[in-house]
Amino acid sequence: MAAISLHGLSKHYGGNPVLDAVSLDIEDGEFLTLLGPSGCGKSTLLRIIAGLEAQDTGSVAIGGLAVDGLRPKQRDVAMVFQSYALYPHMTVAANMALPLKMRRLTPLQRLPVVGRLLAGTKAEIRQIEEDVRRTAAVLEIEHVLGRKPGELSGGQRQRVAVGRAMVRRPSVFLMDEPLSNLDAKLRVTMRAEIKELHRRLGVTFVYVTHDQAEAMTLSDRVAVMLDGKLRQVGRPLEIYADPAERRVAEFIGSPKITMIEARVGDGGRIHVGGRGLAIETGQQPDTAIVLGIRPEAFTPVAAGGQGELLAGRVRLVEHLGSDLYVHFDAEGQAEPVIARLDAERAPHVAAGERIHLAVRAERVLLFAPEGQRIRTCADQRAAGAVVDTRVAARRGYAR
Amino acid sequence: MRMAIGARYDASAGRADVDPSAKVLPARRPGEAVAAVALAGPATVLLLLLFILPVAAIVAIALTDWQFGTKSLHFVGLANFEGIFADEAFVASLRNTLVYVSIVMPGTVLGGLAIALTIESGGTLRDFYRAIHFLPFMATLAAMAIVWEALLHPTIGLVNGTFAAIGLPTANWLRDEATVLPVLAVIGIWQNLGFAMVLFLAGLKSIPQDLYDAADIDGADRWLDRLMTVTLPMLGPVAMFVVIVVALRAFEVFDTVQILTRGGPGHASEVLLHTLYRESFEFLRAGYGAAITVVFLVIAVTLTLVQARLIDKRVHYQ
Repeated sequence: MAAISLHGLSKHYGGNPVLDAVSLDIEDGEFLTLLGPSGCGKSTLLRIIAGLEAQDTGSVAIGGLAVDGLRPKQRDVAMVFQSYALYPHMTVAANMALPLKMRRLTPLQRLPVVGRLLAGTKAEIRQIEEDVRRTAAVLEIEHVLGRKPGELSGGQRQRVAVGRAMVRRPSVFLMDEPLSNLDAKLRVTMRAEIKELHRRLGVTFVYVTHDQAEAMTLSDRVAVMLDGKLRQVGRPLEIYADPAERRVAEFIGSPKITMIEARVGDGGRIHVGGRGLAIETGQQPDTAIVLGIRPEAFTPVAAGGQGELLAGRVRLVEHLGSDLYVHFDAEGQAEPVIARLDAERAPHVAAGERIHLAVRAERVLLFAPEGQRIRTCADQRAAGAVVDTRVAARRGYAR
Repeated sequence: MRMAIGARYDASAGRADVDPSAKVLPARRPGEAVAAVALAGPATVLLLLLFILPVAAIVAIALTDWQFGTKSLHFVGLANFEGIFADEAFVASLRNTLVYVSIVMPGTVLGGLAIALTIESGGTLRDFYRAIHFLPFMATLAAMAIVWEALLHPTIGLVNGTFAAIGLPTANWLRDEATVLPVLAVIGIWQNLGFAMVLFLAGLKSIPQDLYDAADIDGADRWLDRLMTVTLPMLGPVAMFVVIVVALRAFEVFDTVQILTRGGPGHASEVLLHTLYRESFEFLRAGYGAAITVVFLVIAVTLTLVQARLIDKRVHYQ
């Protein structure tokens, strides 16, 4: 069993903090994704779990045992690298056999010619070859076992890298952006395969990516990292619907969430420009507040219609079949706003025309100017609903 | 070298992608042919003038009895070649050269590799060590040879002094038939070591860190395992290049011999290039010297071809 427990991990490179007091518990058999922009420290965290780098402070435990100071091979982890890191001079079979040879053969038995003469070597090597073949069959790469990595396609190399990690049945799989070198179509296919692999192996996966789509589709839980800190850990939907702070809300979701500066008015209403929005904020009147509005929370209304919050000139309309992305310059807003409208129900809009939009109050996220989330009563009810779906989802997962 | 490999790789990949229908090319305009000749012309002329014509001239001279400075010459066929292979001095010089190369090449390659690995694994003063090991390669060998002569002096030399102090046998290193060639080879190693080291250091730098990380995860984390799993195989192409280039440089040994021993004592340190120089420019036997040059050229060209072939076959690291 291999639950992973990280406690207070910090790491500096030449005075620059890369990781800042990261604590996280990963359950046995869980698929956890470390999600963040490049340079946020997610790869460093993964390398510390693997034992390839040492933390400055804090501790790592795998399967309940502290592994600080243990070398990677003593931690029973396998890793898939972004570059795949296959040994270019070895065949696929030799690449996959290496971790087994290193563990099952003594240094003497590994010697080129002499090793074969030692008692038991031949039987052990036959067993290793058999294990390699079996793993290759699972990954459907049997036909390339005799080839060298340079002769393989990107997708095949990726499978070989997974095969090399899988062949010795580790209790933890670490993956460092394994799909980022593949083209978009193959990435979607391999994403599904990794999900399937996790389901079949049932071991703990820690997956590093900067791609939200990968994080959202693969993970049991997502840990969002920004600037070396763990900002939020939760189920994918929870992170999207109930972000803990402004920067998480801005990082997750595409197109990006719109942030609008506003003030709390009398009776808890919020004033945006000259218009108002009925939300129970629980804040003192005249406090500055930031509204976070996801693109799909907008609904088109007639000019001056009920609930109109933003209006402006359309810059660009993107048709995506089922949806329309409308980019417009909202009056009183510095940055262009993107609204996602239902293609069938949206009025006809074209670039240069004016558009008027209302916002569903229950979908608005409130933030303090410093970035913390302000939860309204409605949010707390919604959070309860998220917990319900989580329980349901877990039941579904267990089945 | 890396660039050449990449280019070759790309070229073959490109070839595989060629559409068969592309054979049907539009008829070339005459202007294109003119442009092609004009563009390739200068290089062709230079190659002809600087390489092909001199080689042809050497081969032609080797078939005559020409003496440098005389006005008459006669065609003698392969007599010069028969002559040199019957000549004890030439056979000794060919044998000495082969012995010299067979000491210098492995000594330089293994020594350069060992120094490069040591410098790369050490943390501090890397640039300093790199510089001092590279110095002999940069220094003028003629000047350095004088230093070696002083060091190896039988009575006042530092080498004999040190050997005597720690109880090792001393010798008249450059005047003794048994020691002269090995001592010259040691100087050759000393001179080329820095060159091999720099190439190996560059090779070591280009090994991706990911491969070492993968080796750590796979359990090949002891020094020897990392060396055998990642470092040495990844240095393969560089090592091949170093072996051939160092062998070529060793075949060209001349200045130390000329300055320190002049081929002596007897023919004990006579080497190919020195024999060639003596026959051609001291004894002025141009035809005879040219025959030696042809033998030397055959060796050099063979080595170069072997290198091209091996690098073609062995570099599959993309």
